[in-house]
Amino acid sequence: MSYTLGQKQLDKIEDILKQDLIDNGVRCVFLIDMAGNIVANLDNGEKQHDIYSLAALAAGNFGAVSAMAKIIGENEFSLLFHKGKTENIHFNKITTEFLLITIFGNDISLGFLRLKVSESVEQLKAILEPLVSL
Amino acid sequence: MAFVNLKNKEIQVKIVYYGPGRGGKTSNLEYVYKKFAKRINTEMVTVKTHGDRTLFFDFLPFDIGIVNGYDVKIQLYTVPGQVKYNATRRLVLRGVDGIVFVADAMAVRREKNILALKNLQENLATYKKSIFRIPFVIQYNKIDLKEQGIPLLPLKTLEKDLNSQLKLPSFVASAVLGTNVIETLKRIISMTVASIKKDLK
Repeated sequence: MSYTLGQKQLDKIEDILKQDLIDNGVRCVFLIDMAGNIVANLDNGEKQHDIYSLAALAAGNFGAVSAMAKIIGENEFSLLFHKGKTENIHFNKITTEFLLITIFGNDISLGFLRLKVSESVEQLKAILEPLVSL
Repeated sequence: MAFVNLKNKEIQVKIVYYGPGRGGKTSNLEYVYKKFAKRINTEMVTVKTHGDRTLFFDFLPFDIGIVNGYDVKIQLYTVPGQVKYNATRRLVLRGVDGIVFVADAMAVRREKNILALKNLQENLATYKKSIFRIPFVIQYNKIDLKEQGIPLLPLKTLEKDLNSQLKLPSFVASAVLGTNVIETLKRIISMTVASIKKDLK
């Protein structure tokens, strides 16, 4: 699919991600499309990750999980969570084309993160849903 | 088309190496990575099975600098070549901007090449893309095997099998030794960037 995001839309997306997630203690957040492109990314300045590789793998991973969902008769798994010792990663589907990924430490509870992520997703949907042409 | 970020002035370009299993797609990327290790500041990502075959994809990102005021980031992907991994191949092709088809020049792989090309055409069609319109380069890999007396397909046969309709730029190459690997890459980058430039106007 092909889509365009203008400066205004990107600014708005970054505002949402900053207010809902970064300001609430998330280390790093990025919005990607299913082709593995990065639409927006923000972090709290503590750690720099290789976000291009992360995005490529995340898109691939999500595709694989969607295929698993279909095999067991689910339409999709809309969110994924991987737990580490100090870093955790959370994936949430926004539309069929976009994915929101957050990296956070143990100082935030998963429940709180999920709440904040779902709030952001609702706002992002309003911007991203009209874009999907395919 | 490629992802264009108007805010950061950045273009992300996706180039996929496609072809039959054990044809040398990963070797191509490994050579590029080795050759430009100093300029590529990230690690090459590969997801392999125990048998050292590509399971998911390999991924290699790098910058080529500024084009028309945009910072161009090239992202090279390979697909798993084995027939059974078609779902993964289709996944990797999502949002592709340019393709390198790595054909295996060994005589015994003739049919595999043709099937893989057909498979590429089918998979592109699921994204409403045409093999005739996307920036595309063919590479005939493994010419170094000739030295070891392994029967190879003559260039004429390869061209007839794979390139008689497409009429694409093609390179005779050895991914292991690095022969024409960079030339292949440069060609696909310049074709893809030219096509994106056209779209941007």
